[in-house]
Amino acid sequence: MRIWRSHLGSTTWVFEGLGELLAKATARRSGDELAGVAARSEEERVAARTALADVRLSDFLEESIIDPEIDEVSRLIIDAHDPAAFDLIRSLTVGEFREWLLKYETTPQVLASIAAGITPEMAAAVSKLMRNQDLVLVGSKCQVVTKFRNTIGLPGRLSVRLQPNHPTDDLRGIAASILDGLCYACGDAVIGINPATDNVPRTTELLKLLSDLIETHDIPTQSCVLAHVTTTMQVMEQRAPVDLVFQSIAGTEQANRSFGISLSILDEAWQMARELRRGTIGNNVMYFETGQGSCLSASAHHGIDQQTLEARAYAVARRYQPLLVNTVVGFIGPEYLFNGKQILRASLEDHFCGKLLGLPMGCDICYTNHADADQDDMDGLLSMLGMAGVNYIMGVPGADDIMLNYQSTSFHDSHYLRQTLKLRPAPEFERWLIDIGIMDESGRLAPVTLQHRLAQHLRLGISPA
Amino acid sequence: MVSPETQPDAWSSWQELTSARIALGRAGGSLPTREWLTFSLAHARARDAVHIELDSQRLSDEMQSLGWETIVVASQAHDRTEMLQRPDRGRKLRPDDAIRLQQLASTATPRPSDGYTFDLAILVADGLSAVAAQGHAVGLLKNLLPPFQDRGWRISPIVIAHQGRVALQDEVGSCLNARLILSLIGERPGLGSPDSLGAYFVYEPRPGRNDAQRNCVSNIRPDGLPLPAAADTLIYLLTASQTRRLSGVELKDDRVLLEENTNPMKSMDSPSEKDGSHS
Repeated sequence: MRIWRSHLGSTTWVFEGLGELLAKATARRSGDELAGVAARSEEERVAARTALADVRLSDFLEESIIDPEIDEVSRLIIDAHDPAAFDLIRSLTVGEFREWLLKYETTPQVLASIAAGITPEMAAAVSKLMRNQDLVLVGSKCQVVTKFRNTIGLPGRLSVRLQPNHPTDDLRGIAASILDGLCYACGDAVIGINPATDNVPRTTELLKLLSDLIETHDIPTQSCVLAHVTTTMQVMEQRAPVDLVFQSIAGTEQANRSFGISLSILDEAWQMARELRRGTIGNNVMYFETGQGSCLSASAHHGIDQQTLEARAYAVARRYQPLLVNTVVGFIGPEYLFNGKQILRASLEDHFCGKLLGLPMGCDICYTNHADADQDDMDGLLSMLGMAGVNYIMGVPGADDIMLNYQSTSFHDSHYLRQTLKLRPAPEFERWLIDIGIMDESGRLAPVTLQHRLAQHLRLGISPA
Repeated sequence: MVSPETQPDAWSSWQELTSARIALGRAGGSLPTREWLTFSLAHARARDAVHIELDSQRLSDEMQSLGWETIVVASQAHDRTEMLQRPDRGRKLRPDDAIRLQQLASTATPRPSDGYTFDLAILVADGLSAVAAQGHAVGLLKNLLPPFQDRGWRISPIVIAHQGRVALQDEVGSCLNARLILSLIGERPGLGSPDSLGAYFVYEPRPGRNDAQRNCVSNIRPDGLPLPAAADTLIYLLTASQTRRLSGVELKDDRVLLEENTNPMKSMDSPSEKDGSHS
């Protein structure tokens, strides 16, 4: 393990290995303090950043921060690294890489061409030297476009995952929330239900509700029931209408094991979902959620800071060319991200790192009631992520998820962002919204009556649960 | 009264189908004033529930008036902020409180047959909502304790803990030399449920027990799982735990025939999805 040093005045700061250096360079957050890996003073934090700025990107190829012998995510990172894509940035230090990313000449095309040459640790390292505005600017230059029944991630577009959860999975209750969301022009990323009960019959029932709705009204979008991947695999075997396979993932093998998954399980699920060929214009079939703190929570962090581990989860995600990836940034609670400031910083880091690595990043902009955060904090975060070109956000009725008990962004919030930044829905979905009379050509919502055929769907189309 | 500036949503009748905040109407595309204030009130109550201190004196007086003995202790987290940020400290007793509990246990004679001083220890802790513990713990215990008293179970004085997390029960139960410990603890408040109480128990408590070894009955509040129903479930489970000499994933409420894995989670914090509760 290499020793890294920085000399500040008469003090020499010493860091043992890249893992410690990355952890100490991280912006302050409660989870790293809980794990005992954070810098012990503000000066030590800057000392670590100073040393980190001089680390060569190629040094990250020399030293794995978690031993590949015991961690398949480390092995994946090594095996998936593309030396040709790395060529352009091979000679840079982390500090130089930050400047290179900010240069005018580093266009979206250039960024796309190097994505496969960047490892999660390189992305995390440079993000630790970046201010929030740097994360926004470079994030906005990364464009990642994915397709299933519509096109997500195009410049000038913002998609929304419609999240119509219900505490008992009541079909009519869920349908009411879906139609409410559609009438607010939401649902182009996916209509995705977190089931209260994770089993095969329930998942199948919910999938049928969604596929009926999508097929009846020719909605150019996709559905997902966010059950465990193994549940979804069973459901696929029974030929239920699965569009996307969902799974929560993390940045270490051990944390993934605590989630009940491994790369081989994900490989198998990906293969099964692709073979269904349900996408009409593309075959990106995976949907992943992540979030800083998951490895620590699973006692599987190996002494690495939570942001670097989060970036490693993106190495897992990109193996599967997902349609959607989002960090669930403020859900985990104040012992990992204490307040609005920490949640904001974490979400901008996650968006940046994910996009830089070539992922179609969205964000669940959220908080719990025991975190020191409120709607004003979420407004700041929502606005900055909009500027950063986030592919999608969540749409939850009134921002209040009554099943998961946390606050995310609302249908109204998405409309705020589309108005202020002149963002439009995914093009296919936008056409549908206009044709069906939910939105006009200028992007304004139109009043929808109970005689509208979507409203009729609820009255006629669903038998009482 | 709907403001003349609000564009109402035609589908307000669907509100009967779900407690989700649907058909809120809009001003332009934004939230109407009245709905924003309604949301603000719910959030304010949830925040207050997290930050209000447990009034242990009042709780203790209330319990003593019912003839129950009490003892008030505190975790190593010194205030609400520290407990939120350092859950590990909320899981440990202050050393002098640990000694007081051990002394309390040593004044009684362990039952020779099994060596335990108490069959059941009771812990009431603020957790993430002092409002829940303050409001519902006594009512739940009134429903819960009589059957065990009738059966001659030796029940500990009720331990009331400040800044306590779920796993504090391991040390409390261990100090009291109890066979089983039941904690009634405030859960992470939801927007519409600032007063939700959780009940957790573990068989043979000792430091180092993990969550798979605990049983939990959640969402105990008048508008969620009502107190009498929660008490019935706990009486069943605690009895089964004592008989089978275990707790946790292997102990299920077999009265329910449908096998359902209730899974209110999303991402990251557990094998399944979105669970940050970690009380």
